[in-house]
Amino acid sequence: MATQHSRSAARIMISPAVLLLLAWMIVPLALTIYFSLLRYNLLMPGTERFVGFLNYRLFYENPAFWTAMLNTLLLVGGVLIVTVVGGILLAILLDQPIWGQGIVRILVIAPFFVMPTVSALVWKNMFMNPVSGLFAEFSKAVGLQPFDFLTHAPLASIIGIVSWQWLPFATLILLTAIQSLDSEQMEAAEMDGASPLSRFWYITLPHLSRAITVVILIQTIFLLSVFAEILVTTNGGPGVASTNLTYLVYARSLLNFDVGGGSAGGVVAIILANIVAIFLMRMIGKNLDA
Amino acid sequence: MGRITLDKVTKKFGDVEVIPPLDLTINDGEFVVFVGPSGCGKSTLLRLIAGLEDVTDGEIRIDGKPATDLPPAKRGLAMVFQSYALYPHMSVRKNIAFPMKMAGMPEDEQKRRIENAARALNLTDYLDRRPGQLSGGQRQRVAIGRAIVREPAAFLFDEPLSNLDAALRVGMRMEISELHKKLDTTMIYVTHDQVEAMTMADKIVVLRAGNIEQVGSPLELYRNPRNTFVAGFIGSPKMNLIEGAEAKKHDAATIGVRPEHIDVSASEGAWKGRIGVAEHLGSDTFFHVHDTGLAETLTIRAGGEVDLHHGDTVFLTPQADKIHRFDGQGLRIS
Ligand SMILES: Nc1ncnc2c1ncn2[C@@H]1O[C@H](COP(=O)(O)OP(=O)(O)OP(=O)(O)O)[C@@H](O)[C@H]1O
Ligand SMILES: [Mg+2]
Repeated sequence: MATQHSRSAARIMISPAVLLLLAWMIVPLALTIYFSLLRYNLLMPGTERFVGFLNYRLFYENPAFWTAMLNTLLLVGGVLIVTVVGGILLAILLDQPIWGQGIVRILVIAPFFVMPTVSALVWKNMFMNPVSGLFAEFSKAVGLQPFDFLTHAPLASIIGIVSWQWLPFATLILLTAIQSLDSEQMEAAEMDGASPLSRFWYITLPHLSRAITVVILIQTIFLLSVFAEILVTTNGGPGVASTNLTYLVYARSLLNFDVGGGSAGGVVAIILANIVAIFLMRMIGKNLDA
Repeated sequence: MGRITLDKVTKKFGDVEVIPPLDLTINDGEFVVFVGPSGCGKSTLLRLIAGLEDVTDGEIRIDGKPATDLPPAKRGLAMVFQSYALYPHMSVRKNIAFPMKMAGMPEDEQKRRIENAARALNLTDYLDRRPGQLSGGQRQRVAIGRAIVREPAAFLFDEPLSNLDAALRVGMRMEISELHKKLDTTMIYVTHDQVEAMTMADKIVVLRAGNIEQVGSPLELYRNPRNTFVAGFIGSPKMNLIEGAEAKKHDAATIGVRPEHIDVSASEGAWKGRIGVAEHLGSDTFFHVHDTGLAETLTIRAGGEVDLHHGDTVFLTPQADKIHRFDGQGLRIS
């Protein structure tokens, strides 16, 4: 059969979907770029005019910008480390034949079903609250001063909350990968004299590399735009200590009613996301090749 | 050295006794083949020896030293798995080096052994490839290479050739036999292919449902099968087992005659029959003969090219001194 033929037919068939997706993406992108070049403040209607890259300069010169940039990367990196390491450990644990395996697995997956706003509020009010939170109770029980997480370690606290939400996802993907490991390979390694630790290092970990890559790539996409957790816990504060790029854009465009500035921030966020994506693909993308 | 002794070794999975108490001695340098039908416990027995399964009861000794509670790596045995179990993300070189690396062997010694193994197994050109880029036979050789470099007391093979095509199988069979001659190391080989068992073994162990039915050299088993099970299992095509009146004539419950021990004639003989399927292989001709007055269809092997075909009438005569007699329990009457 002529593959030439079927290939061009296939192209024609999928073109409507591709065009639709393209329009879906291009229109908002074009509008955002367009707004970012205007002076466009909702408090001064009717004064919109073209200002070139002024919005970008203002956004960039904003002292909060670099903090937000750094916070974004710290948040993504921190959550990735916690979820990947924790996910591997949990997956190995869940792979062991334990009593009540089914229930334990469902319990581990549960956090993923809780809405970000809800989980962040639960953490804020029931665990981290310095007066009535569970952690405060623990501290008091052992005679320590309660620690005010969201004031003194706001970013770390948010990393903790977001990690808690994403740990199930990582665990689930890594668990399925671990279960697909050929048991004869493990036995061969055992016969070859590899200790449990070397078996993990030389057999399990390389086997998991592809799944880890998938976890990192997917999570990065979502973690770059963490917002709800910050909004309901710290509001980006104290100061800008827990403001990431997404939150900064929000603060710009909706708290200051500055659509132009917010759009410029959005474009910067897109660029950052792409830089991170290229960087990641370079670093770990080869793991995805068969 | 590689003398392995099993003393009343028993294996249960839950309540199911897969291996009832079993005694077996494997001498140093012997090529021992475990054969038996699927599910009879061949792999389980091998894994017990390897240490990949814990024995329920009994004792395993390797070179006289108790090994029952030793972990697999400490037993000094190397295993080649049916699926090869190569490490897919490592090159062939790294695969072969792995056991030596785990043992902390010096680099130059590792290198020397890898080169020797690669030369012996024709792998020199493939050392930098990944297992995924090799053919089945090459993968098999890498798995063997990984076993050789450890210089183990004994090699354990679990159906190593069952994933290969027929031609390659014959080739690898010879290579493994040659390897055994060269290394002179104990080898234990599991298969359900009785041709492999007959051609490779110094000693065949026939298993049925975890029990040892008979142990002996291939020809011993061929000549003097201890019971009807071994008689039917060893030899290809299968021995003709005949019951009823014909057996009574020989004072037995069952008599057995191998296909190659029945003479064929177009004019006269003990049994008259009609040829069903005739298989002409050139070197051999196999006939399946019906309507002989016996309950069983007889299989006959005639040497070379024989000009008899489907539907022809033939006369058959068993060679008197090649008739095996078995009693009511299926045991040999000598
Ligand atoms: N882990 C296990 N748990 C329970 N039963 C098992 C287990 N492993 C094997 N068995 C049972 O033990 C018996 C022997 O299995 P084994 O794998 O040794 O057979 P085998 O002789 O190697 O067969 P084959 O030629 O098909 O490989 C089988 O009935 C099998 O169902
Ligand atoms: Mg088996």
